[in-house]
Amino acid sequence: MTLDGKIPAGPLPEKWERRKFENKLVNPANRRKYEIIIVGTGLAGASAAAALGEQGYRVKAFFIHDSPRRAHSIAAQGGINAAKNYRNDGDSIYRLFYDTVKGGDYRSREANVYRLAQLSVDIIDQCVATGVPFAREYGGLLDNRSFGGAQVSRTFYARGQTGQQLLLGAYQSMLRQVDAGNVTLYSRREMLDLVVVDGQARGIITRNLITGELERNEGQAVLLCTGGYGNVYYLSTNAINSNVTAAWRAHKRGALFANPCFTQIHPTCIPVSGDHQSKLTLMSESLRNDARVWVPKNKGDKRAPDQIPEPDRDYYLERRYPSFGNLVPRDVASRAAKERADEGYGVGETGLSVYLDFKEAIERLGIEIIKARYGNLFEMYERITAEDPYKVPMRIYPAIHYTMGGLWVDYNLQSTIPGFFVLGEANFSDHGANRLGASALMQGLADGYFIAPYTVANYVAAATLPKLSTDHPAFQEAAVNSQARIDRILNVKGKRTMRQFHRELGRIMWDYVGMARNESGLRTAVDNIRTLRDEFWKDVTVPGEKNNMNPALDYAGRVADYMEFAELLALDALHRNESCGGHFREEFQTPDGEARRDDDHYSYVAAWEFTGVGAQPVLHKEPLEFQEVHPSQRSYK
Amino acid sequence: MIHEGQRAEGRGQKASMSAKTITVNLKVWRQPAKDQPGRMVDYVAKEISTDMSFLEMLDVVNEDLMRKGQDPIAFDSDCREGICGSCGCVINGVPHGPDAGTATCQLHMRRFTDGQTITVEPWRARAFPVLKDLAVDRSAFDRIIAAGGYISVSVGGAQDANNILVPHDLQEQAMDSAACIACGACVAACKNAAAHLFTGAKITQLALLPQGHPERELRVVRMVEQMHAEGFGACSNEGECEAVCPKLIPISNIAKMIREYTRAVWAGVKS
Repeated sequence: MTLDGKIPAGPLPEKWERRKFENKLVNPANRRKYEIIIVGTGLAGASAAAALGEQGYRVKAFFIHDSPRRAHSIAAQGGINAAKNYRNDGDSIYRLFYDTVKGGDYRSREANVYRLAQLSVDIIDQCVATGVPFAREYGGLLDNRSFGGAQVSRTFYARGQTGQQLLLGAYQSMLRQVDAGNVTLYSRREMLDLVVVDGQARGIITRNLITGELERNEGQAVLLCTGGYGNVYYLSTNAINSNVTAAWRAHKRGALFANPCFTQIHPTCIPVSGDHQSKLTLMSESLRNDARVWVPKNKGDKRAPDQIPEPDRDYYLERRYPSFGNLVPRDVASRAAKERADEGYGVGETGLSVYLDFKEAIERLGIEIIKARYGNLFEMYERITAEDPYKVPMRIYPAIHYTMGGLWVDYNLQSTIPGFFVLGEANFSDHGANRLGASALMQGLADGYFIAPYTVANYVAAATLPKLSTDHPAFQEAAVNSQARIDRILNVKGKRTMRQFHRELGRIMWDYVGMARNESGLRTAVDNIRTLRDEFWKDVTVPGEKNNMNPALDYAGRVADYMEFAELLALDALHRNESCGGHFREEFQTPDGEARRDDDHYSYVAAWEFTGVGAQPVLHKEPLEFQEVHPSQRSYK
Repeated sequence: MIHEGQRAEGRGQKASMSAKTITVNLKVWRQPAKDQPGRMVDYVAKEISTDMSFLEMLDVVNEDLMRKGQDPIAFDSDCREGICGSCGCVINGVPHGPDAGTATCQLHMRRFTDGQTITVEPWRARAFPVLKDLAVDRSAFDRIIAAGGYISVSVGGAQDANNILVPHDLQEQAMDSAACIACGACVAACKNAAAHLFTGAKITQLALLPQGHPERELRVVRMVEQMHAEGFGACSNEGECEAVCPKLIPISNIAKMIREYTRAVWAGVKS
């Protein structure tokens, strides 16, 4: 299989314009004849549903929650980037593009990233027009802040709830199309299979999570917008129900999975407090704008933080990276924290945390300004830890947060299955090996509002899509398969709960496929995952029935898919003999402990083809070509 | 924003990260399905770390139930950061439990004492039918938003964002209303099961902003009518909703909605 990224010809700034012109159009009167299936209603899914509905397509939107507004985009705190250059501080589309390619450690497609930077400007305009209450200055103009390793102020924000406000904007636009009769909502539905007919994606099998019924849904195109797979680590900042199931089942139907080992560890999360912990809570990295990260200079210094005088503190980020200091990108900050904790300098009862200290900022700016900037984050921290960060430094530690890998898509966001498009975090395309802060919201909305509406229209206009009934053998086969898997899970009747298995899987992943990886650890991980998977199918217990609401069964199905997917993640990490972005292989580092990329051998997208559970997947390579930005070692010193 | 008074009342226990373990006696509403009768069932939750969240405590209870082959307690929850609005149950008679400005997922067990009895029930309202145990159907909220809780701008051709000026203070007020997470606690707390706070918050946000003004009157009329059509009750101004709102949205949003509605109806606007 040759992977064709379908990147338009011509200079970077003209590529998207050119593609839009090349695209075939669908006559407005004909659009209502097309049914487009959208799975997931986060930023990508809701915005795509809104935009396609506005154009006149019939959209069916499926989501696992009770309301589309619950999607995990809602939890994004910090902001959304756009190359508006409202600050006059040297920003431009080119600079946002450059920063994103560099930040992604040269493992993303230039053309995709350039388009993302171009569209960032339109996103802000669209969101403001739909009433998203971004922060304002006293003159009424939009406010900006600098965020996550950027040296310009290009981040737009709505307090610490930017994701919530952007999602509600997209949700409202989608509901406007529900009101208009163009979008139909299917709540509490989980996609269990993709239906492929004559090589084209023509529908999905869903489980109604209230009645347990399996449903066959037909359409002319399927858009998967189901987010990332961070919960394969059990503990992550993802929502409890975020899962890889829909993406994984599509992968098993032939969609290649790209770069699964590119996972992002977020440096500023609230540390783990015990085994009962069900998720980790992120503190926006905007905190690093004003706080200083430190650990004691002396190992095992058990003094309270305010008793440790300045000379006994190690502000290790400022020490190692004098020019970026506390604002180094996420992967760099996370590894530096792990390095200190591994060396025995960590703080807190477990030693698995570092201080994030606002003392100096409070002295410099006053408590009121700090409260205005971070009040809600401080509240959240105090609520969880019962410690007051105005008085005691926060304790933070890295946690799995975002996954750059995902289903492989071309420039049109189409996967290797015609008619099957993948948007947002679920695809792999724009962030390379590491995502910069405030870029996830940007990508979700770029894909949904501005890209998919053009490329999906082009697909349905050009493809031959014969009429189809849901009695077609492909639907029949997919439904039978889905049912068989449910029955198989219920029939194990073992002794261990799905949560126990999930927790054990998470431990394997965090220990061997986490922030730092090496060959022998990864081999151990693969073995352990296989053993655990076998145990799962012999010993999991799932009470209840399949014909009514059974959250335990839903969860068990997702854990079963993680068990398969985890192996692919580990194998991808094992094959990539270099360190880049979120993928740090201990064998490949510079003498001072920085990531060492290998552009001669690994400057490609690793797209994996499914060949069976436990079987070696087939690797397909999409070479990456850099015409504009020349790969160099990322340096934040 | 949590005010100092509430903070003292709600989160006064300055326990440290060093956790204790406690035992609590639960009385939980169990209902197998939508159209079946339910009842309160007793459970004992042992060795509960006070660092656990309330939902993590329920996770532990469910683990035990599953190991015994029993059906776990169904409840909705997702982000567990207090922002998605999925979770919520009535804890000792109060939606989201005893802490002001706190969703159920952010309530921690350090708030409870060893041996305490805790009743756990679903939201109860005609417009929120129970699906199973503590999980209810809140799709009525989506239908209220679909009746006009948006600004009619299609993708493409929006003017430059800075051409729309929004005074800082107005923007802040709009953001206060926009913070609603649609959890439904306001409905659960109200003796009339009114959805005025939820509906009023969206109407207030959109009425304050300069965008979308041409549809301002039609919006409020349609949303209020939809709210009634869903079976939510009337507002009798008791403020129970405001008291339990995890985002501390004040009932001035209801007053604003009623002003908007009156203004629109007097102007002769019909849906």
